[in-house]
Amino acid sequence: MDAITFFIQAMNGIQYGLLLFLVATGLTLIFGIMGVINIAHGSFYMVGAYLAWSLMGWFGNFWVGLFAGVLVALFLGLALEWLFIRFLYDRDHLQQVLVTYGLILIFSELRSILWGDDVHSVPIPELLSGSIQLTENLAYPIYRLWLSGVCIVIAILMYVGIQHTRLGMMIRAGESDRDMTKALGINIGLVYRFVFALGVSLAAFSGMISAPIASVFPGMGNQVLIVSFVVVVIGGLGSIKGAMVAALMVGLIDTFGKVLNVNILGINILPEMAGMSIFALMAIILMFRPQGIFGKGH
Amino acid sequence: MSIINRREFLAGSSALAGLSFMSLAGCSKKTDSIRVGFMLPYTGTYAKLGMAIENGFRLALGELGDKPFGKTIDFYTVDDESNPAKATDNANKIMTRDNVDVVIGTVHSGVAMGMIKVAKDTGSLVIVPNAGANAATGAMCAPNVFRTSFSNWQPTHPLGKIMVEQGLKKSIFVTWKYGAGEEASASFREGFEAAGGEVIKELFVPFPNVEFQAILTEIASLRPDAVACFFAGGGAVKFVKDYAAAGLKKSIPLFGSGFLTEGVLDAQGDAAEGVTTTLHYADQLQNAKNKAFREAYRLAYSEEADVYAVQGYDAGLLLIKALQETSGDLSQKVKAIQAMEGAEIDSPRGAWKMSKSHNPIQNFYTMKVRNGVNEVVGTAWENLEDPAVGCALKEL
Repeated sequence: MDAITFFIQAMNGIQYGLLLFLVATGLTLIFGIMGVINIAHGSFYMVGAYLAWSLMGWFGNFWVGLFAGVLVALFLGLALEWLFIRFLYDRDHLQQVLVTYGLILIFSELRSILWGDDVHSVPIPELLSGSIQLTENLAYPIYRLWLSGVCIVIAILMYVGIQHTRLGMMIRAGESDRDMTKALGINIGLVYRFVFALGVSLAAFSGMISAPIASVFPGMGNQVLIVSFVVVVIGGLGSIKGAMVAALMVGLIDTFGKVLNVNILGINILPEMAGMSIFALMAIILMFRPQGIFGKGH
Repeated sequence: MSIINRREFLAGSSALAGLSFMSLAGCSKKTDSIRVGFMLPYTGTYAKLGMAIENGFRLALGELGDKPFGKTIDFYTVDDESNPAKATDNANKIMTRDNVDVVIGTVHSGVAMGMIKVAKDTGSLVIVPNAGANAATGAMCAPNVFRTSFSNWQPTHPLGKIMVEQGLKKSIFVTWKYGAGEEASASFREGFEAAGGEVIKELFVPFPNVEFQAILTEIASLRPDAVACFFAGGGAVKFVKDYAAAGLKKSIPLFGSGFLTEGVLDAQGDAAEGVTTTLHYADQLQNAKNKAFREAYRLAYSEEADVYAVQGYDAGLLLIKALQETSGDLSQKVKAIQAMEGAEIDSPRGAWKMSKSHNPIQNFYTMKVRNGVNEVVGTAWENLEDPAVGCALKEL
């Protein structure tokens, strides 16, 4: 692998990592702050992509469709929290898994009824549809670069929002002691409802902006669910910073794992086992830091 | 805190026991009906394929009229969810509980293999309308198991020949790392090398991952004459779009088995222009049978037929051969199997014959996407027969 190819692959890895961060960050919010295992996270990603497809087609404009889609997702999140999730805070993880697993089945059926089982695609907005020529035969779509930019902006907003605003303070307080926060006169129920809706919107938003490059198809949610959990667990539950570091690690390992040849005793280790590489990373990190890289441990 | 109390549990389980007793009682075979079972995916990623297969099959049987051979046709369905873990249970349900004469199933290869294992014990007649696992008509072949679709060996095999004919001799093969992908890759290599080509690298993406950027960069740096691939569904859309967006299409032409574009051409849009594929069916085939079939399908279901509908339709045509031979009495199993073994099917894909291992000997067509239409540009391979490695089936 020459230097230019290496550089491009590194860029691919970082770009993929940033996208993973965006998908996983909603999960780390809900999982880390509220203590709810939400395995329907992938479904929200899928719903987002389908929303993008129908709303952007409806309005005929990417940006309007995106805005409308985020609003719908926000309300969906609020409604789901009120209907189901608020009963789960004091229950054990198994019951949370059961309820959110049920949501996966419901959303998959609803998707089939409302949108059908076809594969769809969402056009890239004209403003971002060009590409940059990297080598004589390889170009890089501008949309992917824009996507990376959006992920970085979201990361900064989340970090500032949680560390340096009053709402962020309430969220963090609720995370360390729910009852005490309540006793101080903070409506923690409302804060949690907001956090859950934010998590849902983030998942849906990442589905929406991924839709133009990922296409829209029935099983798409399940694909991102597992890798999101890997990112969240490696980074440490509830840590935005951890999710970012872990997502970049996973993105780079996944990218290089697919193409690098590492020969051990005449057997091609990496490309053959690329599917395992990110899980191997997770296992190694958990061996030394069971709470994840930036996890606090309980 | 218990969610249900003991009394509710007992009441529920006795109701269940009653149900299963009733279905057992219904087991005694009525001879005034033909019992057909569908074991297909009706939910999940492959739901659309399952429905197309059932539609095609019903269309074929409908050609027999309301009461063929003085009998009614009873249909039984099991949703296999494309879940291999439930394959044995589901196959037992439809073969033993519903006691059907013939099972039409399924789409997913893993589920099909589980189903075939059960069919080997029960002796039930099985027609596979999609699942491509080579073993189904290879190492695991059985007298009572037939396939009306393809083996994974078939669709990528003719690609090498047409690529070398175009002077493209160095190629990379890309696919998902799973059973069907590996079988497609091995068969491509075999065909390409036999034609005088060289596979310089095989690139695998973990299934069902659709992040291809690393693969595309690798392709650009290795500069092959052409790229061949095996993808389907959402992954196929993304691969074709990413390939075009990376600017590779201009310098390195893309080939694939027909599943790359089947049913997803609209979603791929401009990115698919110029992509060349090989498949045993093309919706643009200009034969009378295909036109009549597409017209009838459109009328019956208000949608366009695809390759899966054709495979279901042919499963129906195959069963009709058996029904005609036995006057609608499928309990004459030897006669039914003999009829299906010698079958020549006048299919929308062109006439095909059943091979000794019970897989279609069929034409593979070359298609090229032009102006958003998958045009048939030739026949890549006439009467291609799967080598049926490991199958020692004797004709009955």
